[in-house]
Amino acid sequence: MYPSRFRYEAPRSLSEALDLLKLYGEDAKILAGGQSLTPMIKLRFTSFEVLIDINNIPGLDYHRADSDGTLHFGALCRHSDLEHSELLHRQQPTMAAAAPLIADPIVRNRGTLVGSLCHADPQGDWASVMLALNGEIIAASAEGERVIPVSELVVGPFQNALRQGEIAVEARVPAPKGTVSGDYLKLERRVGDFATVGVAVALESSGSTVSRAGIALTGVGPQNIKATAAEQALVGNSLNSGTIDQAARLAAEAAQPKTDHRGSAEYKRHVVQTFVSRALANRQPARAA
Amino acid sequence: MEERRVNVTVNGEPKVADVEPRMLLAHFLREVLGLTGTHIGCDTTNCGACTVNFDGKPIKSCTMFAVQADGHEVETVEGISRASELHAVQEGFKEEHGLQCGFCTSGMMMTAKALLEENPNPTEEDVRWALSGNLCRCTGYQNIVKSVLWAAEKMRSEAAVRR
Ligand SMILES: Cc1cc2nc3c(=O)[nH]c(=O)nc-3n(C[C@H](O)[C@H](O)[C@H](O)COP(=O)(O)OP(=O)(O)OC[C@H]3O[C@@H](n4cnc5c(N)ncnc54)[C@H](O)[C@@H]3O)c2cc1C
Ligand code: FES
Ligand code: FES
Repeated sequence: MYPSRFRYEAPRSLSEALDLLKLYGEDAKILAGGQSLTPMIKLRFTSFEVLIDINNIPGLDYHRADSDGTLHFGALCRHSDLEHSELLHRQQPTMAAAAPLIADPIVRNRGTLVGSLCHADPQGDWASVMLALNGEIIAASAEGERVIPVSELVVGPFQNALRQGEIAVEARVPAPKGTVSGDYLKLERRVGDFATVGVAVALESSGSTVSRAGIALTGVGPQNIKATAAEQALVGNSLNSGTIDQAARLAAEAAQPKTDHRGSAEYKRHVVQTFVSRALANRQPARAA
Repeated sequence: MEERRVNVTVNGEPKVADVEPRMLLAHFLREVLGLTGTHIGCDTTNCGACTVNFDGKPIKSCTMFAVQADGHEVETVEGISRASELHAVQEGFKEEHGLQCGFCTSGMMMTAKALLEENPNPTEEDVRWALSGNLCRCTGYQNIVKSVLWAAEKMRSEAAVRR
């Protein structure tokens, strides 16, 4: 058997899960889709005493929109649910573009959006999407709930800001104020590989003026990077070849790529620039608010 | 050593076993139930040789613990033929030479079966997309795709006859 021994708990409700987390403290580990954790357990890259499997908790597999456009994603909403989501295709083009590019179709049947954010893999795609959208996580504990912006959730490679005893129960995307458009572009060597470079673009505009811009980068730094200067270059302006070029250049400057088996640093920086300008020029509109 | 009881339906039959929580579903199928049609081709959740259908959806059985299958339905390659009659997907792989060494084949067929249950009339692109998590080191995929399209057509014509 590959993994070392652990005790297994399969709580049937959130409150039971929170009680177990409190009981076992730092000896406990949460299992969601298991598509990052289980491979690590098999390779013995992580160890713990008690595995708390949240897959049997009913009512966490939802994703839905409020009437104002706020989007909610439960902890058991899987990548494949998002890949086939009519709601995202209608309302959230950046997420709709990213979902089919996560891992491979079999992994997508299990892996979750929330688990992916908690995992804080610098190569993860969802964190970039959520940074571009100003996404948040709702963390629940026996003491209550708190909201953590995704920009604060990821504190380092594979390190998140959740406290002992907390479960991330939901991811949230705030309601847009303008017309939504966006895209996610990913260069991968083959299906199922992590990004050589990924670029998330999420815009809100009123008329031809950009009122909010989100741009974030995958695979080109020690964690996902929010390209703030590039975002600022767009806000208050309309999109034309001048503003697009400038934003693309600033995003490439924000990247911190390293040369590795996926490509040279120079090449990756170049792809960032190309992808940002391409995503801005060809971005998909939301079909309805 | 603490064991947990698992009640799981495998290929339509209820199975009960006590297993260590750390036992992977792939090992449970192969070593406890003797269903060695499910293969293990990697240690990194990359290859898809271990694909089984879990409540009707393809999953990598090397990346789920057997205890997680408690209360669920698992279908393996051993369960897809009816008595001596091959499943259309199996027939397709035979007719179109969809295998060489056969190591990836059971995983391929489980993914293909789930695809055809959801989408009886897939395009070549749909088939390639659905199979993109199953790796084959022999065939170059051409004949695998043909096999699945062959099966799709056979299943559609059978459904038309039944109607
Ligand atoms: C072959 C392969 C290719 C992949 N390719 C990509 C890719 O291209 N892009 C990409 O972004 N990802 C990729 N992944 C990772 C995949 O997206 C995972 O599904 C994801 O990273 C983790 O989500 P999960 O639900 O599987 O979490 P798990 O593996 O169950 O958990 C991951 C970590 O998060 C913690 N955790 C999970 N859920 C919660 C929660 N609700 N509250 C608190 N903590 C929690 C766990 O304790 C664990 O530490 C790939 C995985 C594989 C196996
Ligand atoms: S054995 Fe390779 S993915 Fe399961
Ligand atoms: S037939 Fe040999 S791996 Fe596919």
